[in-house]
Amino acid sequence: MSLSIWLGSLEQGLLWGAMVLGVYITFRVLDYPDLTVDGTFTLGAAITAHCILLGYSPWVALLVAVLCGGLAGMVTAFLHTGLRVAPLLSGILTMIALYSINLRIMGQANLSLLREQTIFTRVGEIALLEPWGPLLLALTVVVLVVGLLYLFLQTELGMSVRATGDNEQMIRSLGVNTGTMKLVGLAIGNALVALSGSLVAQYQGFADVGMGIGMIIAGLAAVIIGEALVGNQTLFRSLLAAIAGSIVYRAVIGLVLQLGMPATDLKLFTSLIVVIALAFPLVRQRLGFRSLRLRGEGVAETGKYTQDLPSRRD
Amino acid sequence: MLRLENIHKIFHPGGINEKVALKGINLFVRAGDVVTIIGSNGAGKSTLLNVIAGVYRVDGGKVILDGEDITHWPEHIRAARIGRVFQDPLQGTAASMTIEENLALALRRGRSRRLRPGITQAERQLFKERLALLGLGLENRLSTRVGLLSGGQRQALAVLMATIATPKILLLDEHTAALDPRTAATVMELTERIIARHRLTTLMVTHNLAQALHTGNRTIMMHEGRIILDLCGPERERTTVADLLRMFEQASGDAFTYDRALLSGS
Repeated sequence: MSLSIWLGSLEQGLLWGAMVLGVYITFRVLDYPDLTVDGTFTLGAAITAHCILLGYSPWVALLVAVLCGGLAGMVTAFLHTGLRVAPLLSGILTMIALYSINLRIMGQANLSLLREQTIFTRVGEIALLEPWGPLLLALTVVVLVVGLLYLFLQTELGMSVRATGDNEQMIRSLGVNTGTMKLVGLAIGNALVALSGSLVAQYQGFADVGMGIGMIIAGLAAVIIGEALVGNQTLFRSLLAAIAGSIVYRAVIGLVLQLGMPATDLKLFTSLIVVIALAFPLVRQRLGFRSLRLRGEGVAETGKYTQDLPSRRD
Repeated sequence: MLRLENIHKIFHPGGINEKVALKGINLFVRAGDVVTIIGSNGAGKSTLLNVIAGVYRVDGGKVILDGEDITHWPEHIRAARIGRVFQDPLQGTAASMTIEENLALALRRGRSRRLRPGITQAERQLFKERLALLGLGLENRLSTRVGLLSGGQRQALAVLMATIATPKILLLDEHTAALDPRTAATVMELTERIIARHRLTTLMVTHNLAQALHTGNRTIMMHEGRIILDLCGPERERTTVADLLRMFEQASGDAFTYDRALLSGS
């Protein structure tokens, strides 16, 4: 593969990385299977394209996209906590509603940003950075997002969101309104997904109403790949894993496309990756071998514990 | 401190599974009282604690805590005043978070969660001191994930978490029942130390009759949603486990051989 292809998957990995972080927040941190993502990603792209075509600065477009993404997440959270709709269904409902909303925003199925100013055309104009401009910009955005997220997850609020995903009953008994925490978590997760949608639309130079389809599975695949490669022992590592997973995923996609797989088969391929990754622990267990690295964590995952508490009296 | 007035609770009213769990409970608990609650399975012990904690809404009656009518307060608002430890060690702690994070969450019980740092250095010092009192060596493992601890260690931590922000009332729901006997004794001992240290008003559900008589200053027995026995003072001191069993059988008939086995087991 040529440099440009590697550079391309690195750029894309970072840009879609924000989406993967969003999926990580909802699926892993909040333990909420949020399917809004497919709709929110397109929403971010649609709003960005619309705003840019209206003549707003691409940065303003990005900001509006992020805010609207957060709002979409709140709708899902409200359906679940306010109206008691099941988690999966509330995500699907918002996602389907967003499909129509996205079409309305764009006015047509596809909006081109050709010859429009985007954040990438601007860095592309700086000759000194050629051809690293888009990569540096993507890297800056992702580093900023990871940094902010890392800090947030260690605040009182962030820790309460994490605890809500871990043990809802416990954190409620500690005086936290878990409904509010789900609202916060889903808003942040979907804001990140919309950010990613906005970045990708500006990078590709168009927004398409179908661009979010299967995004949730791509995000999950990246999260799983990242956790396998980087691990999730600490908070920082988990965030890093999401980005690393995203980059590897895009590289793999780039590779199989190079090898001649039709682009239309990509979603099937991604689904298979996720199925294999999800089935892997079971297969490993059946075959009777476990990696040493995972043995310590097995205790936490299976919830089994041994009572080796020393008695104070002896 | 805590006053329950004519509490009624019915699960699945009108359905085929209708179950009247509490039938007019009246209870007054003075500040500093440590009340043990015994009774067979389905007597309503856990339901009673859950009604006080706000997990269930009552179908009749009032819950008054320290002069405030909290009957209609949601669970997370009441939590500001109530500390709880559950039976299952997995329920009272967050496995994927570290010891210090769990304690920091517990220290902020009842306070609003903002964008301030989740743990401060001063708090780490406090956690170390409190963990050292448990005598389990956890004070040197602040950044260990709780999921890596044993059941006993997790339950000890849960007791500390329930009391680190001093509650008005502490609710213990068979919190040593899932532990092996030796570990249970250790956790019970440190629970009693913490209760004594902070003079906590406590309600403790237990299946262990000896423990029920030995711990605290008052024992109530429940049967089919009612309080059928309320012992305190000299009368309680004279009561033996055999007496309790006999009283229990009088109240319930002799059909409960399974309960008898359960209740007499120490």
